[in-house]
Amino acid sequence: MAADKGLLARKLGMTRVFDEQGRQIPVTVLEAGPCVVVQHRTPERDGYTAVQLGFGPRKLSRTTRPLAGHFRKAGTTPRRLLREFAWADALPEVGSDVTVEIFRAGERVDVVGVSKGRGFAGVIKRHHARRGPMTHGSKYHRRVGSLNAGTTPARVFKGRQMPGRLGGRRATVAGLRVVRIDTDRHLLLVGGGVPGVRGAYVAVRPSKKAARGGAAKA
Amino acid sequence: MAVDILAALGREQMRERPEFIPGDTVRVHVIISEGGRERVQAYEGTVIARRGAGVTETFTVRRVASGVGVERTFPLHSPRIERIEVTRRGRVRRAKLFYLRGLSGKAARIRERRRDA
Repeated sequence: MAADKGLLARKLGMTRVFDEQGRQIPVTVLEAGPCVVVQHRTPERDGYTAVQLGFGPRKLSRTTRPLAGHFRKAGTTPRRLLREFAWADALPEVGSDVTVEIFRAGERVDVVGVSKGRGFAGVIKRHHARRGPMTHGSKYHRRVGSLNAGTTPARVFKGRQMPGRLGGRRATVAGLRVVRIDTDRHLLLVGGGVPGVRGAYVAVRPSKKAARGGAAKA
Repeated sequence: MAVDILAALGREQMRERPEFIPGDTVRVHVIISEGGRERVQAYEGTVIARRGAGVTETFTVRRVASGVGVERTFPLHSPRIERIEVTRRGRVRRAKLFYLRGLSGKAARIRERRRDA
C-alpha cells in the first residue's frame, strides 16, 4: 500500500502548463487544503485508524448543533466537508492543518469526486451505443436498439443498458500525476481531468494502482 | 476567485511576444533539440490563424516549402520559441486565412498593410 494520506480540495478548473522540455501538459488546478484535522479514528474506539479532515468554510448559523459541537471539540470553526482518510505516518494532531505539502510533484494520485450530472441521458451518451443514420429516409436516429431475442427467452435479461440518469455520482480518476505544487496558494496541479464541475469538492489520495506497481498514465 | 487564480497561473507562464495578427509574415525562432544538442531554427511564413487566449493561445504559420504547403501551430507562450520576428504586416479582411490553402502562386499573395488599421 502507498503511504496512506489524503487531502480535500476544490476543483478550480483546467489550464495548461509548460514542463522543463517545453511541452504543454493539460492540468486541473485544485485548491487543496489547508484541511483541518477534526477527529482521529483509533483502533480502541473505532476499530481502525484514520484521520477525519474538514475543508471549506461553513457559517456557524448554517451548522447544526451536534455538528457545531463536533467542530468545537476539535477547536476549529465549522467546515463544509468532512472526510476520513487512512493515514500511514503519525497522525497529525487534532486541530492542526494538513496542507498540500504532504504531496510532492511527480507522485501519482487518485482523485475522487462527484461527476457532472447529465440528467436523463439516452443510450448513446450513457452507454456509447451507436446511432442510426440521420438521413436517407432513416427514422431510426438515436433510439435504443434491440433489447433481446423474442420468444426465447421471452424476457429481458438483467443489466440491459437503457436510458436513464447519467453522472452526478461518485467517480474516481486513478493514477493522475501531480504536475506541480504551489504551497503559497495551496494549489495542486494534477495532470488530466478530474470529476465534477468547477467549484466541486474532491478528495485526493495516493494512487492505489501505482502503489501496486500498476501502469500509470499521464 | 477561482477564475482569478487560473488567470494568474497562466500569466506567470506568459512570455513577452510581439503584436501580430493573421496576414502578417513572421519568423519564429524555434529551439530544437537533436542528439542532446540544442539549436535555434527559424521558421518563416504567413500567420493564418490565432486561437485561444491567455497561456493557451496558439497561432498557425503557413509557408510553402519546396512546393509543399507546410503549416505549423505553435503555442504562443511556448518556452521552445526563443523569439518571434514580425517581418511583414499584411492586410486581410478575415481572422482565419484558411482559404489560402486552396490558392497558390500569385493568388496566394497578401497585400501589405500601410498605416496601422
